[in-house]
Amino acid sequence: MSAAPTTPPRTPSKSWTVKVREKGVEALPPERLLPDGQPTYVASWIYVFGVASIASLIVIIGSGSILALKGPAWWHETGVGHFFNSIHMWSVELFFFVMVVHLWGKYWMASWRGGRGRVWVTGAITFLVAVPAALTGYVSQQNFDAQWISTQAKDAMNSVGVGSFFNLTNFGQMYSYHILLLPIAVVALVSLHVLLVRRNGVVPPFEIDSRKAALASAATSPGAGGAPPPSPPSPSQTSTGGQS
Amino acid sequence: MSLVGVMGAVFNLNHPAHTVDWSFIHLSVANVVVIGLMFVVFFLAILLPFPGAAGRAAARRGGGAS
Repeated sequence: MSAAPTTPPRTPSKSWTVKVREKGVEALPPERLLPDGQPTYVASWIYVFGVASIASLIVIIGSGSILALKGPAWWHETGVGHFFNSIHMWSVELFFFVMVVHLWGKYWMASWRGGRGRVWVTGAITFLVAVPAALTGYVSQQNFDAQWISTQAKDAMNSVGVGSFFNLTNFGQMYSYHILLLPIAVVALVSLHVLLVRRNGVVPPFEIDSRKAALASAATSPGAGGAPPPSPPSPSQTSTGGQS
Repeated sequence: MSLVGVMGAVFNLNHPAHTVDWSFIHLSVANVVVIGLMFVVFFLAILLPFPGAAGRAAARRGGGAS
């Protein structure tokens, strides 16, 4: 009879890579980062607009990369260039369209509930950063439309005191903002937003019926000052998959 | 006639933009149409049933997972 092999006790590593890895896995275990199921309540059209925003953003980045590689003469003077220019512009229109519907949906379901404040804030900041990303694109077109928008918008920038370092009539500066700085910011914010959604789970709908019942019982019970309505269930209580 | 010519005949853009003015609000008709479409899509997304949602909810109530 042989003795069972013993493993030596693990000493804590001082390596920063190990610490980062352990913190990362602790915050986002693989089954939560890449789940194979979603809570039942996610089967609703109103939950589609977040991923539709990401799909639009992918088309924006792809078409914009091609435009940046080929240059203004190509997108103004060739048929294929016109096509990709239109793809880029309409994907931006779609991006804002679905992002606004996503924002409305999340606002009216108070998606900051259950410790999801950072999810809401990163989404709101993404929207605010996407606006100048689009504006710098409109003034980078190299046409009369861009000239008109830049000369109008510069007055707005000057009126709020930022015109000295954000000059709408400086094409080089606007183009750098449009194809490098702001896209990096948008992609980073969207990535952080999605990771926070993975960590906290998709916000559940309001439990309207249980709230009504709680309010009714509070109103009929003698001497009751009104009990607080029950909180909606956490995603783990309603989940049918690995999301939460 | 080219496609551009046909579209130009349908949508005559050779004029200043039509706008909607209400107090300090000043919007182009094109933007008003887009905002209206967003409201329509928003309410349709709330009201229309998602394919397979009822089956999944029934399976969950019955003890199954989907």
